[in-house]
Amino acid sequence: MHNIEITDLKKLTQMVKDAYGYDFTNYAMSSFRRRVNRILELYNFTSVSNLIDKIKVQPAFVEEVVNEITVNVTEMFRDPSFWREVRDHIIPNILLNHKSINVWHAGCSSGEEVFSMAILLREMGISDKVKLIATDLDNSILNKAKKATIPIKNMELNEKNYIRFQGSASLSKYYKEQNGHAVLNPALVENVSFRKHDLVQGGIFNKFDLVLCRNVMIYFNQNLQNDVLKKLHESLFKYGYLIIGSKESLIWCEIANKFIVVNNEEKIYKKIRE
Amino acid sequence: MSKYKLDNTYRAIVLGGSAGSFQGITKILSSIPDNFELPVIMCLHRLKHVRNGFVEALSIKSTKPVTEPYDKEKLKRGKVYLAPSNYHLSIELGNNFALSTEDMVNNSRPSIDITLETAAYNYKRRLIGILLSGANKDGALGMKAIKERGGLTIVQDPNECMIKTMPESALEATKIDYVLKIKEIIEFLIELDKNYK
Ligand SMILES: C[S@@+](CC[C@H](N)C(=O)[O-])C[C@H]1O[C@@H](n2cnc3c(N)ncnc32)[C@H](O)[C@@H]1O
Repeated sequence: MHNIEITDLKKLTQMVKDAYGYDFTNYAMSSFRRRVNRILELYNFTSVSNLIDKIKVQPAFVEEVVNEITVNVTEMFRDPSFWREVRDHIIPNILLNHKSINVWHAGCSSGEEVFSMAILLREMGISDKVKLIATDLDNSILNKAKKATIPIKNMELNEKNYIRFQGSASLSKYYKEQNGHAVLNPALVENVSFRKHDLVQGGIFNKFDLVLCRNVMIYFNQNLQNDVLKKLHESLFKYGYLIIGSKESLIWCEIANKFIVVNNEEKIYKKIRE
Repeated sequence: MSKYKLDNTYRAIVLGGSAGSFQGITKILSSIPDNFELPVIMCLHRLKHVRNGFVEALSIKSTKPVTEPYDKEKLKRGKVYLAPSNYHLSIELGNNFALSTEDMVNNSRPSIDITLETAAYNYKRRLIGILLSGANKDGALGMKAIKERGGLTIVQDPNECMIKTMPESALEATKIDYVLKIKEIIEFLIELDKNYK
């Protein structure tokens, strides 16, 4: 570990914000410091001010920095019991009152969560009733998501999760192996709209029945979590569902009273107040 | 006269363990007083993708309930915490926990190095790190970070460990203040706690 002071990190986030419009000023310090440390090691910088100098003279480098700072680790069918709950209760419940469903994957990373949803919907036979929108801040990870190809070494875990999800087929039905990658059946994702969107600075762009924002806000400090939760709340129709990561909680957030807990174990909430 | 140099300036204890540490952990948890003052933050290697069961198994033996903290949960005195499965557990500014899904470190998530290093960054000399039996070197750099920031370091006596790689790696990486058997670690903790009463 390099010796990185909080003041170094503040200088870096301020500079990146002023010059390039990316705002990491309210990211959680513990992981942000590790990510910066990683960049220093990857590119052989001796200090944070070295890194700042490089970003100043080479604007294109900032995209690489953004890609390294964001944590993109994800899985298909992560938390299988959660996906069962979505299939067996949440989606059927929404369909009781709606002919079609709008879903937003906020912070979709390389797309595994969206692919899981697409497979789930296909197995329910309702793909045509659901519109999936997937967004992320990180351009390069979005491009990866659009390709819908997954390194084959990740598929063992994905298969395990799928089996625990108790899908109706075998995961291998949905992809072909090619050059060390699992290439998903393009029909699965042809209707998914992948877009760049910044949860921190972006506005409300649509209304949804279901918003998944899992393992994204853990990288934010509490103030930023509160701000972003307000936006997620505003992006939901009344009685729409919000789903966060299995180790996140709304308990401390300012607008907790505008939601009720639908399933505490799986972190599923329902908006009950505007 | 105590054989340990103790006072009441410590703010937290971080405890790491892996293969062969379960018995030692449960002995410690069942022996510390139920009004033990300092928060105990445990990072243990555990079965991947088994979300439930472990914390319950530890709680049964423990004099205090063991909980897996939520992201940004405030650390409280007297509580025993366990890093949840498939997440790294950090200490965040402002005495909160923070979770993360970053890549595995030393093939592990949670990684002991991460919990120890962030705790050291936050508590500086007011931290005690304890590392038990284990089959890889996770925790060694974390112990080094604790020592560099002036904290106190303890490893389980390798001779007592089922698998000694972990404490031995720490002994190689940095100065370890005490090499103790589980029985002595318990003695140490009980004596330490008296300073807070
Ligand atoms: C750990 S991944 C979560 C992936 C998936 N939701 C899951 O749970 O497996 C976190 C994602 O959040 C994205 N992210 C970070 N900051 C963001 C922001 N301000 N706006 C939108 N996405 C952001 C990162 O680029 C990253 O892809």
